[in-house]
Amino acid sequence: MGYFDGFKVTLKQIFQPRVTSEYPDEKRPKPVRHHGRHVLSRYEDGMEKCIGCELCAGVCPARCIYVRGADNPPEAPVSPGERWGFIYEINYLRCIHCDLCVEACPTEAITESKMFEFSFTNRDDAIYTRSELLVDDDGRPQKLPWEDWREGDDEHTSAWMRATSPNGSAAYEGRISWSGELGYGVRAAEAGQSGEPDLAPPKDLEARVDSRYGDDDTAVGERASDYEPAGPRASGGKGDSA
Amino acid sequence: MTGDPLFADGVDLVVVALVIIKALVAFTIVVVGVIFMIWFERKVLADMQNRIGPNRAGKWGMLQTLADGVKLIFKEDLRPDRSDPLVFRLAPYLSVAPAFLIFTIVPIGGSFTGGNDGRVEIFGRETWLQVADPPVGVLFLIAMSSIAVYGVMLAGWSSGSKYPLLGSVRASAQMVSYEAALGLSVVAVVLLSGSLSTHDIVVAQAGSILNWNVIATAFVPFAIFCVAATAELNRPPFDLVEAEQELVGGFHTEYSSIRFGMFFLAEFMNTITMSAIIVTLFLGGPSGPVLFGPAFIWGILWFTVKLLAFLFTFVWLRATLPRYRYDQLMDLGWKRLIPLSLGWLLLIGAINIGRDAGWSRPLVLAGGLAVLFISGALLFAAIRVAEGRRHADEFGEVTAV
Repeated sequence: MGYFDGFKVTLKQIFQPRVTSEYPDEKRPKPVRHHGRHVLSRYEDGMEKCIGCELCAGVCPARCIYVRGADNPPEAPVSPGERWGFIYEINYLRCIHCDLCVEACPTEAITESKMFEFSFTNRDDAIYTRSELLVDDDGRPQKLPWEDWREGDDEHTSAWMRATSPNGSAAYEGRISWSGELGYGVRAAEAGQSGEPDLAPPKDLEARVDSRYGDDDTAVGERASDYEPAGPRASGGKGDSA
Repeated sequence: MTGDPLFADGVDLVVVALVIIKALVAFTIVVVGVIFMIWFERKVLADMQNRIGPNRAGKWGMLQTLADGVKLIFKEDLRPDRSDPLVFRLAPYLSVAPAFLIFTIVPIGGSFTGGNDGRVEIFGRETWLQVADPPVGVLFLIAMSSIAVYGVMLAGWSSGSKYPLLGSVRASAQMVSYEAALGLSVVAVVLLSGSLSTHDIVVAQAGSILNWNVIATAFVPFAIFCVAATAELNRPPFDLVEAEQELVGGFHTEYSSIRFGMFFLAEFMNTITMSAIIVTLFLGGPSGPVLFGPAFIWGILWFTVKLLAFLFTFVWLRATLPRYRYDQLMDLGWKRLIPLSLGWLLLIGAINIGRDAGWSRPLVLAGGLAVLFISGALLFAAIRVAEGRRHADEFGEVTAV
């Protein structure tokens, strides 16, 4: 009955369970590292984390971030440091949600939430300003008129999305060493990250650094050999002149 | 056989009113049927592809067709600059009108059990539950399905655009090819029933399931008719006419708004009417056992059940089969279906003549089948030789015989 097997297949499908999730009515749980729209985080005491260093703007491949820093007013400082970002704009017509700004930020100020359902109808709305990006006094993202949220959508959205560890060393990856955040405190570890905050260096730090950088513990770029023609070990056959 | 008993006592005002009412009711049935069919097709297709299908407009998305219709009506009606204005406007009507006209000759109800001929009493007049019963009903069917080709052909030609033209050339070639097989398989039915009137064909099939033409003609004409009808309807797997992947929608590419809607309507109307015709010609139409209550309701019920079975089958075909290649389509039509239906027609004719002349039935059957088999073998040998020669012409050597 080779000719009719196909009919059996299609008929059988009628009685199979459906896997469709009816999207606008029900939303599926989002991936841990989902890249949504950004928020500007604040410390637990309400101070802004952004120090106006413009590293995010510098690293942005889409050139969608515009930041200006200024000295903190001494009597009423906005951020704990010396300076604060008094202009912070992200153009979402350009942003590609690559998360490089989050990687670059030294103070965990700019992070990405899991919210992606925003459809603005004019170009002005597409440019999120500092006052729109900043979390509110409960540490929650602000709901803008053109964003589609349901109850509870913003609960787990102010998330630490960095792929590498906060201090920039890959040796700390997967370990909590980030600062507290308004409304959340020190957030718990996500799937794949170890439990308790642990500020001590990992026990095998030395071994891991060694395996990456070689026998001495000078970093890449500090050794003279880094600037010489490739040695025999890494030459691959071209620098064989002794 | 006499015609509709409605006209037996002359024509007066009540008769005219009845005819108009019947026409309106039939039209309503077809349009509501189309609305249902589009929803049904999308829903069943979704089920077969493990999807959900329309579920927004109304309960289970039942109002989806209405929503689409309203959307189509309010869209801008474009006419390409290089199109032929008159023909471009005429074509959609040429598509819709035959689709409905075919439905007028379909008996949709009435009791055919126990010697009844399906008449019901409305306003004190006896009539049949079909809009018209022309004595040349089957010819009318074939004529109308030929006119539908004009709708497609003119639509493609008048658009002044190349994809619609290609689509319509494909369409007319396909429809003309399968018209022959369609007609020849109907002739077998006509031969058995001894009448061209659809009502008489149904009456001839009443009584027992063994009287149904699908069994009385030994299944082959039924199968050929189903295949040819699918091709005639341009439904998958014979939907080369529209072939989205190749022709951007085929003959109706340049149509928009309600003009496109009319082609869409015609397509689904044709599906329904063709299913109704199959039911009428081969499956005894509304005839079936009356279990309890008024008899004419059972006629309508049986007819609806049979119709739904065919509508489901059409959707099932669409969900299952990939599209035919164009040369395969032509091969199937000309080299297989037409010879087969012609041979089967001759076989049935021989059996009928043998019965009238009192010849031995097994002998006629055996002889007929033997002749059929031999001529079939000769035909396929001829086809293979021809293919081998063509191959040799193209590639310079004889390889494929």
